[in-house]
Parts: sequence; C-alpha cells; structure tokens
Amino acid sequence: MTTSNYATERETTEGRVFTVTGGDWDSVVSGTDPINDERIVVNMGPQHPSTHGVLRLILELEGETVREARSVIGYLHTGIEKNLEYRTWVQGSTFVTRMDYLSPLFNETAYSLAVEKLLGITDEVTERANTIRVLMMELNRISSHLVWLATTGMELGAISIMLYGFREREYILEIFELITGLRMNHAYVRPGGVAQDVPDDAIIKIREFLKLLPKRLKEYEDLLSGQPIWTERTKNVAVLDATGCLALGVTGPVLRSAGLAWDLRKTMPYCGYETYEFGVPTHTDGDVWGRYQVRLAEIRESLKIVEQAVDRLAKPGPVMVADRKIAWPAQLAIGVDGMGNSLEHVAKIMGQSMESLIHHFKLVTEGFRVPPGQVYVGIESPRGELGVHAVSDGGTRPYRVHYREPSFVNLQALPAMAEGGLIADVIAGGASLDPVMGGCDR
Amino acid sequence: MTSPHDKPNDGGVPVPVTPAGASSGAPAEHPPSSPAGRGMFGNQGSGDVSGFGGLVRPRRPIAGASRPFGSYFDEVYDALEEAYPGFADAIEKVVVDRGELTLHIRPERIAEVCQVMRDDLALRFELCSSVSGVDYLGADERRLHVVYQLTSMTYRRRVRLETAVPAEDPHLPSVTSVYPTADWQEREAYDMFGIVFDGHPNLTRILMPDDWEGHPQRKDYPLGGVPVEYKGAEIPPPDKRRSYQ
Repeated sequence: MTTSNYATERETTEGRVFTVTGGDWDSVVSGTDPINDERIVVNMGPQHPSTHGVLRLILELEGETVREARSVIGYLHTGIEKNLEYRTWVQGSTFVTRMDYLSPLFNETAYSLAVEKLLGITDEVTERANTIRVLMMELNRISSHLVWLATTGMELGAISIMLYGFREREYILEIFELITGLRMNHAYVRPGGVAQDVPDDAIIKIREFLKLLPKRLKEYEDLLSGQPIWTERTKNVAVLDATGCLALGVTGPVLRSAGLAWDLRKTMPYCGYETYEFGVPTHTDGDVWGRYQVRLAEIRESLKIVEQAVDRLAKPGPVMVADRKIAWPAQLAIGVDGMGNSLEHVAKIMGQSMESLIHHFKLVTEGFRVPPGQVYVGIESPRGELGVHAVSDGGTRPYRVHYREPSFVNLQALPAMAEGGLIADVIAGGASLDPVMGGCDR
Repeated sequence: MTSPHDKPNDGGVPVPVTPAGASSGAPAEHPPSSPAGRGMFGNQGSGDVSGFGGLVRPRRPIAGASRPFGSYFDEVYDALEEAYPGFADAIEKVVVDRGELTLHIRPERIAEVCQVMRDDLALRFELCSSVSGVDYLGADERRLHVVYQLTSMTYRRRVRLETAVPAEDPHLPSVTSVYPTADWQEREAYDMFGIVFDGHPNLTRILMPDDWEGHPQRKDYPLGGVPVEYKGAEIPPPDKRRSYQ
C-alpha cells in the first residue's frame, strides 16, 4: 500500500486496482508496468481506410506493440459459389469476374480453363484466344499492382503515389473498355475463348501505354525508393520467410519476396506462357520492402509479355473454339443501337435457317452440357495461386465451383507478420499481402 | 418406386436423384443425375406429346483407374505405398480422370496420409493449395466430400485427395497440424457444409454470421431470394425461375 493521499491501491482477484482522487499520476505510473501489465484490445474496422475492403482486425496491444492479432472476414460474402450452381456454365463468367474486383480477368480465365478442361477442349482453344487472354491478364496484373502501390503508398503516408498509381491504372481500364466494353467485371474471357476480337485502336493504345509506363515506373521509384520515410516504414517490417509462407500457404509476390521463385506461369504453364520470354523477380528479405521491389519488377516483366503478345496479334485468327455446340453462336458487332449480336447473324437465323434459330435459342437459354467429373486448375494471379475446383454432374450448370482465393489464404499470414511488431506495422504488413476482400469473401 | 422426376418440379430446381448404379458406401462415381440427363426440352409436369420426355442421356461413369495410371501418377502411388504402412487400409479408390490423379482416402486416415505426403522425400507435397467441400446428395451415403489439392513444388506435381463422410456423423481429423494453411479453408468447409474437423484449433464460422443456422452450400439448402418487381412484372427468385435444362 502506498501512503499517498491521492491514490490508494489494493489487490483484488482482478489484479491491482487504483482508487484515484486526483494529482496522483506519479503514483499510478509507478505502481504499474505499462510494458508488461497493460494490455488493451483495439478493434480496427470493419470499415477502415487501410483495410482494402471490409476487414476487421482485433488487436491486443501492449503499449504500441501488438501481442495478438486476429482477423475477422466475411463482410463481403455474396454467395457467388452457390449462385453459380443455378446458372449455366457460360453465365458463370459473369459471376466469377465479380469476386476479386482488382483482377477480374484472372477470375474469368481460371474459370474458363477449368470448364475447358472438364469439356476436354483445352487443346482446341485457338492460339489467338490464348494470346488475347495472356495480353489481358498481364495488363490486369499491371493495373492490380498499380492499385497495390497506390493504396499502400497512401496508407504509409505517401499521398502523391496514390494519385499517380490510380492515374496509370485508369489508362489500363480505358484499354479494357476499348476491348471488352467495360472497365471492370468484363465477362470477356468465356469458356472456349474470348467474347470478341481485339479492335485495332486498342492495339495503338496498348503500344502507347508500353512507351509511357516505363517512364512512369522510373518516377515512382524516384519518389519512393530513396525516400527515408518509405524505407523506414518498409525495411525489416512484417517479415515472413519462405518456410512461414509455405506453411501458411502464401503464394505470389509475398512468397517470391522471401526468395522462392515459384510462379505458376513458369512452373505449371497454361495459356501458352511457356512460349513467352520473361523473368520471375525475387527478393531475399521477405519484408514489405522486398514485396515492393518484387511487384515493381513484375510490372516490368508483364510489360515484356504484353509487348510479345501484341506482336503476335498481328496474325489474324478465330478467338473462339470451332465447335458450334460450345461457342456462342454470334460474334458481337456494333449496330445502330450499340453493341449486340451481329446483324448478319440475326438476319440469317431469322430469315433463312430455322435450325440455326433453334440452335441459337438452345445454346443461349439452356447452355452446353459438360461431362461429369472434377478438375482443379491453378493460375498465377497478382496475389498468388488462384485455383478453381469445378465439379460437373453432366448437366448444363456447374454442380460445384470452389475458388481457392489467394486473398483468403494469404490473409491467414497477417497474425504471423503482425504479432510482436508495432501497431503501425500492422498496416504496412497487411497492405503488403495485397488482400482484396471481394475475392477473400466471395 | 416412382422416379422423383414424376413429381411436379418447382420451376426446374434440380431434384436429388439416386443415379443408376450408385454404390452405397463407396465414394460417389459422379454427382447425382440432374434433370439435365433426361428429356429433350427440360419441361416437366406437363403433357409430353413429343415422346422426347422419355429420352435418357447416357452418362460416362468415372470408373476407378487400373495400373499403370500413366504420367507421374504411378510414382506417387508407389512412393506413398512404400512410405505409409497403413496404405492398403487407407486408400478406398484411385481415379485418374482428365490428367488428374485422385486418391480416395478413408476419412479417419486423412491427417496421417497428409503427413506422409508432405514429409516423404519422394513425395514432398509441401503446399496444400486448396481444401473444399462438395455435397453429393443422393449419389453417396457418405454425401459430404472433402477435397484436398496438394502441390509438390519440388517435383511440380499436383494430387487430389478426397474423403467422404456421412451428414449424420460428419467428423474427420483436421490437417491443420500438417498444413497450417488448411485452418481457414477447413473453417469454410465447416461453415458451408457442416463438416466437423476434429482437432482444429478454432472451428467456427468464417464467412457466414456466427449465429447463422444451417450450412448454405449443402444441396438441400435452398438458394433463397425474393421476387423482384420491374415495370409491373414480377421476376421470381433465381431458383424458382423457369429453367431450360
């Protein structure tokens, strides 16, 4: 017991309790050990500007040190996997594109590859369709990494980089709009190929972009890499080594920043990635700085792939499988009232061939049948392995589609990165995982 | 026995049916046939004047594979047999389909098998890519399946392990002690299918609210939804709409 007139302390079953009457701060402070005793629980989110969506973190703090961190997810759960079971296989691409909204083309491609594998038509997908898929995915990877750079910069206090990153991303979204008609949620990659061919003015715009972005990347690096605040906030922060990554199933740039050059585009190629020349950037530190370096280097590698893909598009060809029982019956065309089925096709099915009309109707309303069985397809999304486990019962609708979402799996690593570190580094560490909650919760 | 197809079907919602040749107790050979396998135009519950309603589309059964499996599958199979003493008891069936190997494992053995798959030098499946549930309602007495996609980074291989448990006693060991990454994925399988992973450190709901009742991705759980009015016309919820199967 202290002899102070102002504060008394007593031991209870709950620990030491102070009765405070004023002017007593010294005795209160001397009676406790704020480093060892004081644990407060802080609730961060579900809505917080630095949680990349609706993520809730519960942090147990000792001073500024995080002792325990737990993440709570599910706020963006929309039941897409269940909904898929009530729509045709082709309608599925419209659903899955909405999962991870920063990498819609990866969601579509993974889904299409799974459906094609179930149908057994993987080899029949045309070369041009594969080239367009690669082109779109790599542009999408760049745009996703740019958003990562922009938001992470903002969360660590660098507001300018946020504006620059979103500016360049907007350029890519304009290219997407030219090609698919939409900035996001494209439903462009379909089972059997892609929805329509790449227009000529998109090629011009992509070539302009290929000239522009390297200069801008240089600017980003000038802004960030030598800047003391940026290096202080990222170096040796939220370290996760390769062992930890593998145990927790973390893939993508986070794994590569820990030194393991595991990239499904190289190790288990799909869509003809084995025919492109590009490198797999790695780093050895396994910290936020390493992830920043890896992602910037990946943007440069993606630019190389985009350039090669654009060159290959000079050769014309079909963008959908030849099988008329699977391919959507009409190429899209611009009419007086906007984009729709080609007028030529409509004239044919309405005027000349009853069989074509029936076939069109059946394929659109009912869809194609997929032989029973199950497959798993994994592709390298900007966040890691994006896997699709698809089961068919032989009908026109998926029996079950499961997405192995890299955001969902990688987010498990957040406690391993954050516990023992400072609370400010929770933000840096969480951002370096690049979680997209729309994909995480599906 | 009357076929479930004779019953008036509520807007073409898939009705669970036992497919011909479904072997109870053994892992399902394929999901139950949906109405998609019958008839021509998907209409049910009305007079069939065309005769096409009686059409039954044959389905290719996915039979168990026999040696040699081809590709690297024989190596994986042999290595597992050598490294795991309880092999003969643990493997229920081997399926090779579409260039993928599926080992059907007795549920109580799954954690042991995963341990061997991860640690044996000839197997080295370091990464558990995905854990997901599938509900084979009507095709299998043990209707709830858990599917593990294992990836070997050393050998660049993939293998699928599959287990089946009945809905009345949906218990199997958790693999979180072998693959910590399975933590959230098992929670998701519990949340969506009600599969209980014994030994999981914190098996709670993850995507649905904590007080949710039922397991939404089971096949007998309705999709739900409300009718939507648009310009005077009412559009029924997706699972009640007319469908063309």
